[in-house]
Amino acid sequence: MPSNKSVSEEPITQFVNCRILKDHQLQREDLWVREGKILNPEKLFFDEEGYADHQVDCESKILAPGFIDVQINGGYGVDFSQGCDVRGGVALVSKRLLEHGVTSFCPTLVTSPPHIYHKVLPEMEVHDGGAEGAGVLGVHLEGPFISREKRGAHPEHCLRSFQQGSLTDLLEVYGSLDNVSIVTLAPELPGSPTVIQELVKMGVTVSLGHSVADLSQAEQAVQQGATFITHLFNAMLPFHHRDPGIVGLLTSDQLPPNCTVFYGMIADGIHTNPAALRIAHRAHPSGLVLVTDAITAMGLPPGHHTLGQQHIQIDGLHAYVAGTNTLCGSIATMDMCVRHFRKASGCSVEAALEAASLHPAQLLGISQHKGTLDYGSDADFVLLDDSLHVKATYIGGEEVWRK
Amino acid sequence: MRLVILDNYDLASEWAAKYIRNRIVQFKPSADRYFTLGLPTGSTPLGCYKKLIEYHKNGDMSFKYVKTFNMDEYVGLPRDHPESYHSYMWNNFFKYIDIDPANAHILDGNAADLQKECELFEQKIADARGIELFVGGIGPDGHIAFNEPGSSLVSRTRVKTLAQDTILANARFFGNDLSKVPTMTLTVGVGTVMDAREVLILITGAHKAFALYKAIEEGVNHMWTVSAFQQHPRTIFVCDEDATLELRVKTVKYFQGLMHVHNKLVDPLHSIRAYKD
Repeated sequence: MPSNKSVSEEPITQFVNCRILKDHQLQREDLWVREGKILNPEKLFFDEEGYADHQVDCESKILAPGFIDVQINGGYGVDFSQGCDVRGGVALVSKRLLEHGVTSFCPTLVTSPPHIYHKVLPEMEVHDGGAEGAGVLGVHLEGPFISREKRGAHPEHCLRSFQQGSLTDLLEVYGSLDNVSIVTLAPELPGSPTVIQELVKMGVTVSLGHSVADLSQAEQAVQQGATFITHLFNAMLPFHHRDPGIVGLLTSDQLPPNCTVFYGMIADGIHTNPAALRIAHRAHPSGLVLVTDAITAMGLPPGHHTLGQQHIQIDGLHAYVAGTNTLCGSIATMDMCVRHFRKASGCSVEAALEAASLHPAQLLGISQHKGTLDYGSDADFVLLDDSLHVKATYIGGEEVWRK
Repeated sequence: MRLVILDNYDLASEWAAKYIRNRIVQFKPSADRYFTLGLPTGSTPLGCYKKLIEYHKNGDMSFKYVKTFNMDEYVGLPRDHPESYHSYMWNNFFKYIDIDPANAHILDGNAADLQKECELFEQKIADARGIELFVGGIGPDGHIAFNEPGSSLVSRTRVKTLAQDTILANARFFGNDLSKVPTMTLTVGVGTVMDAREVLILITGAHKAFALYKAIEEGVNHMWTVSAFQQHPRTIFVCDEDATLELRVKTVKYFQGLMHVHNKLVDPLHSIRAYKD
C-alpha cells in the first residue's frame, strides 16, 4: 500500500518531469497532491512511509500556480453588470477562463443602479473552482463611489457620493456586502476615510481608482487601510513631478510599516504604454498585479456589444465606448497579459507568473492557500510551455482543461 | 583490503557506484530476500549518489527490494531541518529512487528514549539478517560514522558527543554559529559496521590523506577508528589520487598495479534489464 494510512486513505498523485515555481524560482522538482492540496513528500516519506499511487508526466513543462484575475467584467457575451441569468453567466465565464489558466477570479461589477446590485450580488456566491470552472473568490465592486471626471466608461447618472460617510451609504446602494472581495472608490470623496476603515474591518479589500485624488489624499486612504490601486495610470491624474497623484503611492514613504500597496496593470499593450509599464514595474515590482479588466466582448468576434448601461465597439484588440475614443476595458486574456508583461518589461518568467498568481493572492490575503505551490496550498495550477502558453489547467489536483 | 585508486573525485564516485550497482543487481534481491545496504552522509558520497540515481533513472537498477540503514543522525535537530540527515537522504537520494519508505531506516535523533532507539536500530539490522554492504566515509580525524577518536572498536549503536573538531567543521552548515551546531549524535558503532558482510569506504580529497595513511599504513588504533577495518575480511577503500598523498609510494604503486583486477568488479556492468527478459 502506498502509505501506512496514518494520516489519510486518499490517493496521492505525483507530477513528475516538470519545472515548478517555488520560492520565486523555477526548480526541477516533483509536485505531490492529495485531497486537492499540495503535499510535503518528505513528510509523506518519513511520517507515513508513503509514496504516490500514480504519476503524471508533465513532459518538461512549467508548472505554475493558477492565475487569479481580480478585475474581470465578463466575457464570451456575458456582462456581469447586466443582471440577467447571473448564475448562468458566471458559470459560462468561469468555465471558459480555465483555457487562459485562470483558476480563481473576482467577477467585477461596474457602476450600476442599486436594483442591479440588489439582484446580482446575492447570486454571485463565493465558491471553489472545479471541473465546472474557475473559483469565485468574491465580487469586485468598481463604483459607483467614484469621480465624475475620471468615470471613464461608467454611466454618469449612476455615480454616487457618501451621504453619511459610513457603511450605510454602501448598504443602501449595494444591498449587502456578502460575497464582496474588493471595492474600488475615489478617496477624495468626502466621508471616504470612515468608509474605508469600516470596509477594511469587514475584511473587504479597498482599492483606489477612477479618482482625481492627489498623493496626499491617496496616502491618507492607504493609512486608513486601502491596499490596491485599480488599473494604475488609467482613470486617475497623470503622474506629475510635483504631485505624483495616486501613481506616487508606488514609492511613497508615508505608508504604514510592513504595508504593501498593490496595483493592477492591464498589460494588453493598449491600456498602458510599455515604457509606463516598465516604470511602474521597476519602481515597485512586488506590488504589480496583472488584471485583464476584460469585458463582455472578450472571446467574441469584432463588432458592437453592451457593457453595463453602455454600448461598445470592438476593433481588433481595442474596445471603445461606441462613437468615442474612450477605452472601456480590454479583451486580452490573462495568459496574453502574462506574455505581454514579460516581453514588455523584460522581467523573468518567475516574476511574470507571480504577477498573475502570488501577488493577487497576497492582495486578497489568501496566499496561505492560493497563488503558491507551497505545501498545504490548494492544488490549483497550470502547465505552460516555454513561451507561456497554457497547455493544461488543474484545480484541486484534478485536470479541468487541456489544450 | 582492496585499495582502489582513481584519478579524481568523479571517477572515484563512479567506480563506487558501479560496484554498488553490480553487487545489488547480481544479488537479485526479491521480496523474500532483500539487499541490505548501509549508507553514509556528507559531501564525499554525493557524486556516488548522483550516479546511482542515474542508473536507476536509466532503468538499470532498482531499489524496490533494498533496505537501507544510515550510519548516524544528529540528536535534537528537527527532522525537517535542512541540515538533518533525514533531509540530506531525502533530497540527495530517496526523492529520486523507488525505495519503499518503510525500508529506509535512519536513527531518530528526537526519540524520547535515545538509548532504546539505538537498541531498536541494532534489532532492525538483526531482523533484516545483517548488512550485506556497508558504505561509509572517513573524517579528517579518521572517524567512521561518528565514532570519534577514542571510541571502542567493538562499540554498538549509541549516543555520542561530538569532538570539538567535528563541531567546528560542521559550523559552516549552521550559519557559522557554534551555538546552533548539534553536539550529540546517534551513531552506529565500529562493531556494528564490522558486522557487515562487506564494507566500502569512500575517501576523496587531500584533507583526508593523513587519515587514510593512519587507517591503512599504521596499526589498528582507537584514535583512528577506521583502522579497525584492517581486521575485516572484505573491505574496499575507494579513493582519488589526492587522498593517497600521505601514503608510501610503494603502497600506491602496488595497488595501482592491481587496477586491472579491481576493474573486473565493475566491468562487465550488470543491469536488471538483462534479468527482465
